[in-house]
Amino acid sequence: MKCSEFLAILDDVIDESIAAETRAEIETHLHKCGHCEVVLDTTRKTIEIYRSNEIYELPAEVSERLHVAIMARCKKVK
Amino acid sequence: MSTIQSIDEQHPDVALVERVRAGDLSAYDTLVRKYERQIFRIAQHITQNREDAEDVMQDAFLKAYEKLDQFQGNSKFYTWLVRIAVNESLMRLRKRRTGKAVSIDEDIVTEEGSVPRDFADWAPNPEQNYNQSELAEILKKTIHGLPPGFRVVFVLRDVDGLSTEETAEALGLSVPAVKSRLLRARLQLRERLTRYFKRKTPAVSPRGNGAEA
Repeated sequence: MKCSEFLAILDDVIDESIAAETRAEIETHLHKCGHCEVVLDTTRKTIEIYRSNEIYELPAEVSERLHVAIMARCKKVK
Repeated sequence: MSTIQSIDEQHPDVALVERVRAGDLSAYDTLVRKYERQIFRIAQHITQNREDAEDVMQDAFLKAYEKLDQFQGNSKFYTWLVRIAVNESLMRLRKRRTGKAVSIDEDIVTEEGSVPRDFADWAPNPEQNYNQSELAEILKKTIHGLPPGFRVVFVLRDVDGLSTEETAEALGLSVPAVKSRLLRARLQLRERLTRYFKRKTPAVSPRGNGAEA
C-alpha cells in the first residue's frame, strides 16, 4: 500500500468501515510509515477535540429566552 | 440518488410529530428543547455571527412548525429540520454579504490541505497546555478558516454525529460530495491544529548522545 492509497481511505479507516482483508494491509503500511501513522492519529484527535469541546455554548438564559420566543411565535400560527 | 432511510423501528420523534400535527403544541415544545442546541450550533458555524444564529434558530423552528404538513416522514425529523436551518443560515449569510452568492454546494476548487504536509506528532493531551477560553479560541479560529461548505459537513458528520447519507440529505449534496468535503475538512483542520498542538521537542544539544535515527 502506498501513502496516497492510504490517504484515499483515511475516512473509512477513521469511521471503521474497512473490509477485513484491507485491514491487514493498512496495519502493515502503518507499521512502516510513521507519517501516515501520525496523520491517522492526529486526525482522530482533531475530531475528538471538536467533539468534546462545545465552542458555541448556548447559555441557559439565552436558551430560555429563545425557547419562549419560538413557542410564542408558533402559538400565533394557529 | 436516494438518501431515504428505512425506518424499521419507529424513531421517538415520529410520535411527537404526530402529536404536533394533531394540535398538541406541548409536543413541539419537547422537539424544540431536544434540538435547539444543535440547531444553534449549526447556525453559528455557518453564519459565524451570534445574532444571526439566534435569529436563524427561531426562524428555523417556526418554519418547521408551519411546514410540518410537508414533512414526509421518510427521513428523520432532525435531518429535515437541519435542512431548514442550513437554508435559513445561508440566507442570513447572503444578506450580510449583500449580493454575494453563498452556497453550500459550490464546488470549492482548492488543493489546500488535501495532502498532509506537517507530520509532527502532537503532544500528549495538548489541550491541557491551554485554558478553556484559549482552547475555544483556537478551535473557533481554526474551523473559521474553512470554506462554509466544508465547515458544515464536518460539524454535521463529526460533531453532530449524522451519517454520511443524512448529512447529504440535510445539505442537498450527493454522498460522494459529502465524503470528499469531509476528508478535506478533517485534513485541513488537522493540519492547522498541528501548529498549536505539536509536540515541543525539548531543546537538546544537537550533539547529544544516545539517540540514533
